[in-house]
Amino acid sequence: MVQYLVSVLSDSTELADDAEMAAIDVFNDQLRADGHWVFAGGLAGPDAATVIDGRGAEPLLTDGPYLESKEHVAGFWIIEAPHLDVALRLAAAGSKACNRRLELRPFLAG
Amino acid sequence: MTDVDDVLTRVHRQEWARVVANLARRFRDLDLAEEMAAEAFATAVERWPVDGVPPNPGAWLTTTAQRRAIDRLRRESRREGKHREAVMLVGTPEPLGAIDDDRLRLVFTCCHPALAMESRVALTLRMVGGLTVPEIAHAFLVQEAAMARRITRAKGKIAAARIPYGVPLREDLPARLTGVLAVLFLIFNEGYLATSPGTQPVRSDLTAEAIRLTRLVRELVPADGEVAGLLALMLLTEARRPARVSPTGELVLLGEQDRTLWDRELIGEGHALVRERLASGQAPGRYQVLAAINAVHTHGRSTDWRQVLALYDQLLRLDPSPVVRLNRAIAVAELDGPQVALALVDALPLDGYHAFHATRADLLRRLGRTDEARAAYDRAIELAGNTAETAYLVRRRQET
Repeated sequence: MVQYLVSVLSDSTELADDAEMAAIDVFNDQLRADGHWVFAGGLAGPDAATVIDGRGAEPLLTDGPYLESKEHVAGFWIIEAPHLDVALRLAAAGSKACNRRLELRPFLAG
Repeated sequence: MTDVDDVLTRVHRQEWARVVANLARRFRDLDLAEEMAAEAFATAVERWPVDGVPPNPGAWLTTTAQRRAIDRLRRESRREGKHREAVMLVGTPEPLGAIDDDRLRLVFTCCHPALAMESRVALTLRMVGGLTVPEIAHAFLVQEAAMARRITRAKGKIAAARIPYGVPLREDLPARLTGVLAVLFLIFNEGYLATSPGTQPVRSDLTAEAIRLTRLVRELVPADGEVAGLLALMLLTEARRPARVSPTGELVLLGEQDRTLWDRELIGEGHALVRERLASGQAPGRYQVLAAINAVHTHGRSTDWRQVLALYDQLLRLDPSPVVRLNRAIAVAELDGPQVALALVDALPLDGYHAFHATRADLLRRLGRTDEARAAYDRAIELAGNTAETAYLVRRRQET
């Protein structure tokens, strides 16, 4: 089994609406039922981000995301699948459910 | 010596994909499979001229490559322990009966839609076709180092993202097979009408390779109509190659080609495939309709344009793209004249496409609208990359 990070890409800070939330719930239930679920969560907008550099004597804090970009990660899933083809199918269904584009990335094998 | 060289060349063509595919399944590592297959063939080049060709060259190569792979893995496991675990390929658990073949797994892995199209083409030519990295780099006018990086990166993604080494999930199969055919068709087209002024106008090495790989896929998936259609399309196109470029390096259009130069054997095989698909009674896909159009072009003394137009109407229902409309308009010009065809062509959003301007130029020339025709030829010449096509257009421009 491989774990994949599925990031939700968004170009606005608008949260999922009721219909999207309902579809995401159905999708999450299916992930759990089929044994693909590891973890998932929504994130506050990039305005709430703080960048920390703790490599010096005192931690250095910077307000805002490390990269200003049009799109940001609005949430994520961590899923488990035997290989990429299964993960791609899940991601396609997840994208439909949350009505946003997703990025799929494998975790490094342990 | 020459005999052994011939055997080596033939065995390389026939057995390369099998050896790589066997190793990939056994060791679950594409990198290792490729390297050890290459080493086994290099060993054959050294040994066969001295020791003689073994009775079963394919088995000899597979065994040699497997032994080398095991030696390599032993050395590496002593050195770095778990590393191999990290780059293992994963297989798909359920084989799909008749089409479960190591080579087919390899084709599907190399043509995976999660890889960029250019990576799919390069990987397929390297892993399935057995072309060397310099050969592939040369075919696509890319620096060798850049091509090597492209292939290495693709193999890295296959390992890291766990692109499976196997036939696709049942529900993905039709789309994935279409994807494989798209890769093969792209290789063929680059050979048939090389897009760059820096190469020969027709690259018979690429067309031959595409046909060989499509034959392989057909052997592995014999019941698929589109595989048969693509093979027929390639054969009927390739058959006209000897007549397609004049001795002075100019493109010769279909109607002006010397039909006695056409390859009758390829035409016979292509026609037989088209008949086989017609007899199946199944609705044809895009490649089958394109093959049927080319069957009409290669039947009898001249093209039956009414049949061609009917087939383009059918194609348009499957693929209502501007390029199909452009080709349909060429058939319309033959039946209803250039005026009717020009009205159809002018409506198409294809300003960046050389064939659009070449078609317009020809229609305008036939209508006696000389100035407009010349301007269209100029635009077509500007956009055309193929040297034979450019030469043809330049002459036509001068004669107009």
